[in-house]
Amino acid sequence: MSGIPVAALLYSPAVPTCMRVLIGIEDTDGGMQALDEAAQRARQAGDELTVAVYTVGDDSLAATATAVRDRTETVDVDVVEIEDNPGSKLVEMAEREEYDQIVLSGGERSPLGKLKLDSVHEFVLLNAQTTVKLVR
Amino acid sequence: MSEYPNEPVSDLPTPPCEFTDDEGRQIELRQASDDVEALVEMYLDFDPEDRAQGIPPTKEADIREWLAVVTSDEGLNVIAWHGNSAVGHVMLVADQEDGYELAIFVLQAYQGASIGTELLRTALGGAAESGVERVWLSVERWNRPAISLYRKIGFETSGDDHFEKMMKLRLDR
Repeated sequence: MSGIPVAALLYSPAVPTCMRVLIGIEDTDGGMQALDEAAQRARQAGDELTVAVYTVGDDSLAATATAVRDRTETVDVDVVEIEDNPGSKLVEMAEREEYDQIVLSGGERSPLGKLKLDSVHEFVLLNAQTTVKLVR
Repeated sequence: MSEYPNEPVSDLPTPPCEFTDDEGRQIELRQASDDVEALVEMYLDFDPEDRAQGIPPTKEADIREWLAVVTSDEGLNVIAWHGNSAVGHVMLVADQEDGYELAIFVLQAYQGASIGTELLRTALGGAAESGVERVWLSVERWNRPAISLYRKIGFETSGDDHFEKMMKLRLDR
């Protein structure tokens, strides 16, 4: 009698495999949406999630980190603060600590709805060795 | 953001007007009023490869939500009509700093027939008529045909914002 091969069960694409995910977050609506999405996947797939918070404007880094901790109570995450050069710091960290994926939020929208990518997006997309996911 | 050009662009046509495109089609340009359904049809037909910076959206519900924003009272919308079909659309949406962001979309079957140029000039004429003075847009750096169209109309490059080139134009209001 033939059954379903065990290998097919193990590698079935319907079952997400866990990943080490590094998510770069600014304290914006888009940033928090990216966080929620990554956190939800982390819960389902058992991803290991690290949240690196950075600011481009004057927002306080510590306040953003606190907001992130409040928002991810139900998931086990590490929160780290990035002081400057967020793009290169994210890429370096992903390489050094062998992350599988970097997640960024899509940034702000222009008055008529165009997606605005900034220097962090550009640096990470062009220089990362990992997959980069843009949540928008 | 850097400055707008000193010299205003003037002598622009104003809507409503009509012309024959390079393919011999009769095209009418009119300011939009209650034409959301025609625009929804147009954007459902829109070729995804002609999207720019995330717009237009692809799903009908998202298209409707986006059109509600761009056709709100604060802006100006001019549509190119071929018969009863909307085939091109220029939108100007107010920013926070006394300027207007502009975007133009033309259905693929109607591209390369001078409709973009006429639609853009006429929409800017309509904007000048209603008191708009500063217009800007952002365009993907590699989109050379669009950049040369904007230059021809009078937009000047005002800096690169990473993936996009920023262009500005002053109107004679």
